[in-house]
Amino acid sequence: MEMGWRWDFTIEILPQMAIATLNTILAAGVGYVIALVVGLFFLLGQRTPFKFVNWVNREIVEFIRSTPLLIQLFFVYFVLPQFGITLSAWVCGMITIGLHFGTYLSEVYRGALEGVSKTQWEACRALNFSTIYTYRRIVLPQAFPIAIPGMGNYLVGIFKDTPLLSTIGVAELFHAATAVGGYNYRYLEPYTIVGVIFLTLSIPAAMWVRKLENDVNKAQGKIKK
Amino acid sequence: MTYFEFLNEHGVTLLLGTVTTVKVLVCSMILYVIISMIFGLMRLSKNLAIQGVATIYIEFFRGTSLLVQLFWAYYVLPFFGISLEAFTAGVVALGLNFGAYGAEIVRAGILAVPKGQWEAAHALNFTPAKRIKKIIIPQIFPIILPPAANLTVELLKATALVALVTVVDLTFEAKQINSITWLSAQCFGTALLIYYIIARFALVPFLRWLEVLAARKVGKERI
Repeated sequence: MEMGWRWDFTIEILPQMAIATLNTILAAGVGYVIALVVGLFFLLGQRTPFKFVNWVNREIVEFIRSTPLLIQLFFVYFVLPQFGITLSAWVCGMITIGLHFGTYLSEVYRGALEGVSKTQWEACRALNFSTIYTYRRIVLPQAFPIAIPGMGNYLVGIFKDTPLLSTIGVAELFHAATAVGGYNYRYLEPYTIVGVIFLTLSIPAAMWVRKLENDVNKAQGKIKK
Repeated sequence: MTYFEFLNEHGVTLLLGTVTTVKVLVCSMILYVIISMIFGLMRLSKNLAIQGVATIYIEFFRGTSLLVQLFWAYYVLPFFGISLEAFTAGVVALGLNFGAYGAEIVRAGILAVPKGQWEAAHALNFTPAKRIKKIIIPQIFPIILPPAANLTVELLKATALVALVTVVDLTFEAKQINSITWLSAQCFGTALLIYYIIARFALVPFLRWLEVLAARKVGKERI
């Protein structure tokens, strides 16, 4: 076996990797959208006035947050068929990522809502606004900017966790690299390319999130400029 | 097969895997704490070269996926003549990855120490090394421990990935038993429970205890 970096091999496998990158981006995007919605449901469970629902919700969130995504993936992928529900690897992966990161996003939402000062609620009460109106016109517009940085961070987080999907056979970037590496018996180039692609995508994304965070802080007057 | 019979037959294997998981956790925890201290300080250096090295390291390890780094350490490093054992490769990759996140926490902690402390140390004519060691570092612990606790729980979850580079840990054993018995719900359910128990009843109380200890050390009774 030839040692060292081989450029001809790199160029040969590059198109394949590029296509797989699109799959990775798709997986991250779909997983993120599901997580955003799931997070809302967990938030709802947290804010309902029923103590029991609150408690069950908190325990579920705690459990999902403190167990590894990898085993959750295996659990969904291998256990659901035993109950007669056969889903493709893609669907299983998206469900699991959505659930896992949904718990994190519910915390982001909660923090944002609690970040809106209590006097805003009291003022709305005094003006006799309905709860829905208060949320729609007063609270949510103020909570959303607070939530943006956290939401952005988890978008990058999901993106970096998509390689786990390869373990249940979703054909994303890492899966492609392993397949190409195994076929040609060379792992140096495929895995390095994966690393480079991740770097080139996630560093600008992280920088963008940081800029967003700065802008939000500035707009709220937390940083003097 | 009832769940009890399952535990009877495979419980020991799963427990042995758990021991490996705890070993990986402890080793990578020690490594990541050391790395984050060093690079957190380097990140604040006035020397541009030192600062640049730390920044590149942090951006690199935070920008790529942990799984990619693990596979790189285990499958690609042998190309350069460095063959690591699976356990070592796993611990090194975890330590380097979490060290990058930890370095940012340490940096933020040092910046959060009130400026008056620096000035007072200056006024008392402490050498720079003594200033950091005796005045600044002892004060950062109450600040950095809460975010570091979150990171450490993330580390416990991340140790599951070392199973993919053939470290025989809890995840690996669960997968193995699953492929023999096809009792997926029992295997993975038990594994999830064990991780949950480690996190909720061992790791988190331990970190909480550290937080209280650190707060007491700087004279804050309550945190």
